[in-house]
Amino acid sequence: MSQYMFLVYQEEVDPTEQADREAELPMFVEFFGSLREAGLLVGVQRLRSVESATSVRVREGETEITDGPFAVTKEVLAGYYVLDCDDLDEALGHAARFPGARYGTVEVRPVMPPDEWVKVAREAGADVPDEAVEDLA
Amino acid sequence: MSGGAQPADPVSAAVARAFRDERAIVLATLIRQAGDFQLAEDAVQDAFEAAVTAWRSDGVPANPGAWITTAARRRAIDRLRRDRSVADRAQRLAELARLDAQHETEPSMDDESTIVDDRLRLIFTCCHPALSQPARVALTLRALGGMTTGEIARAFLVAEPTMGKRIVRAKRKIADARIPYRVPADEELPDRLRGVLRVVYLIFNEGYSATEGDRLVRGELCDEAIRLGELLSGLMPDDAEVWGLSALMLLHDARRAARTDSNGRYVALDEQDRSLWDWGRIREGLARLERAVHLRRPGEYQLQAAITALQIRAPDADATDWAQIAELYGALARLNPSPVVELNRAVAVGLAAGPAAGLVLLEPLLGDSALERYQPLHAAHAELLRRTGDARGAARAYERAIALTANAVERAELERRLGALR
Repeated sequence: MSQYMFLVYQEEVDPTEQADREAELPMFVEFFGSLREAGLLVGVQRLRSVESATSVRVREGETEITDGPFAVTKEVLAGYYVLDCDDLDEALGHAARFPGARYGTVEVRPVMPPDEWVKVAREAGADVPDEAVEDLA
Repeated sequence: MSGGAQPADPVSAAVARAFRDERAIVLATLIRQAGDFQLAEDAVQDAFEAAVTAWRSDGVPANPGAWITTAARRRAIDRLRRDRSVADRAQRLAELARLDAQHETEPSMDDESTIVDDRLRLIFTCCHPALSQPARVALTLRALGGMTTGEIARAFLVAEPTMGKRIVRAKRKIADARIPYRVPADEELPDRLRGVLRVVYLIFNEGYSATEGDRLVRGELCDEAIRLGELLSGLMPDDAEVWGLSALMLLHDARRAARTDSNGRYVALDEQDRSLWDWGRIREGLARLERAVHLRRPGEYQLQAAITALQIRAPDADATDWAQIAELYGALARLNPSPVVELNRAVAVGLAAGPAAGLVLLEPLLGDSALERYQPLHAAHAELLRRTGDARGAARAYERAIALTANAVERAELERRLGALR
């Protein structure tokens, strides 16, 4: 058995189009469900908008914190960590301790909590049963 | 409301005064209590709007700050009740209702240290390193300076919707990424405070030497930065650099009226009419510099203020102690190496030991890619060449400087100097 990671890329769209996408949550829930039933799903998480991203690098012992996602195209995604932190400062502190931050970039993105994901979808008109929240968690 | 004319009637005047003196304090506390920057800002705005009507019919309250605080908290509760999209809405409502009931029985204001802490929390949050520099500047001016989005947009020559988006986005990032509302822990404090001082100095510099447009000084930004500097020195009186920055801004700003003549033309320091300098500001700046030096923790702002103080104290440019200024620039370069500091050192050495000595230090900087498009480098180069008698070289350097300036007042002065070569 091998593990595979799906990295989901998409364009950020205007609020109307985004609402249409939110309303499609049941299709996504069905997709997770099928993977979970087959015993294949390790985890799924939705990231908040890229506007909430912060990038951390350590160069010559100095921590550099910048607003926004990493933007150097030579760098490629090499791995991921998911941390439970009280706030952004705690997350940035750990990102700066990450040994790879000395030559790479750690993009720190907040994860959207599952209940908020469902709430957004319901506001956009999606019919999502309460069990779906557990499915997402 | 900054920069506007004084309102005529007493109620409007009282509201304007409360806005100037109390708004940041009320906002800082409500952000902590409501746990939401945007909500708190909207509620405080509502409270000031309500004050205009209420004070007109009921009279100005004895304690306007307390009135605004209570009104803003109640508006926050109303807004939170209506807004169902807030995740931990019930919890926040309960906390605000509890505070409201508590103030009903015991209407005393929060104690002094809580107010100080809340304002520091607000400053450190607005200047958080995870926000972009322009967003830090805009948020600080809005939340602490009380400038409107339109005023900030005009001051930075940005379209109002662009500035509005920048501010909204920053507040959303604070909420979404959970940027904490607190004063940084001791180990992070020096770094974070440096970031705060940089934002304040950036605001000052934007006002003092506007990068674009035809007004050399946008006074409202200077005033706002000076006010922020005074606020910080009140909140963090044990930090030498806080006093140093405050002194530096006062000493620069004291010469504001003398920097342009009646036709709006730039006037160099050694040609300024010293009777136009604001000697009250200079005394205050020198007192603040002295206070900083007593703390015995030298830093870049104190060194710059000391350099400015030497220039101000000398009766004219010839009597200025350029050797000591060159030495202070040397100290600054060791503390914080930068090509701009090197350039200033070269200019000071040029005045202390002659243009040839200045050129020896300046010429290596001409190859620095960071300074290639830096107008003052080419203007200083031209001046040193002129003094060595190389008029042709000086003309070339002035032409380069003119091509690089976006400020009409600076351009006119450079063209005048170029013309004087011929």
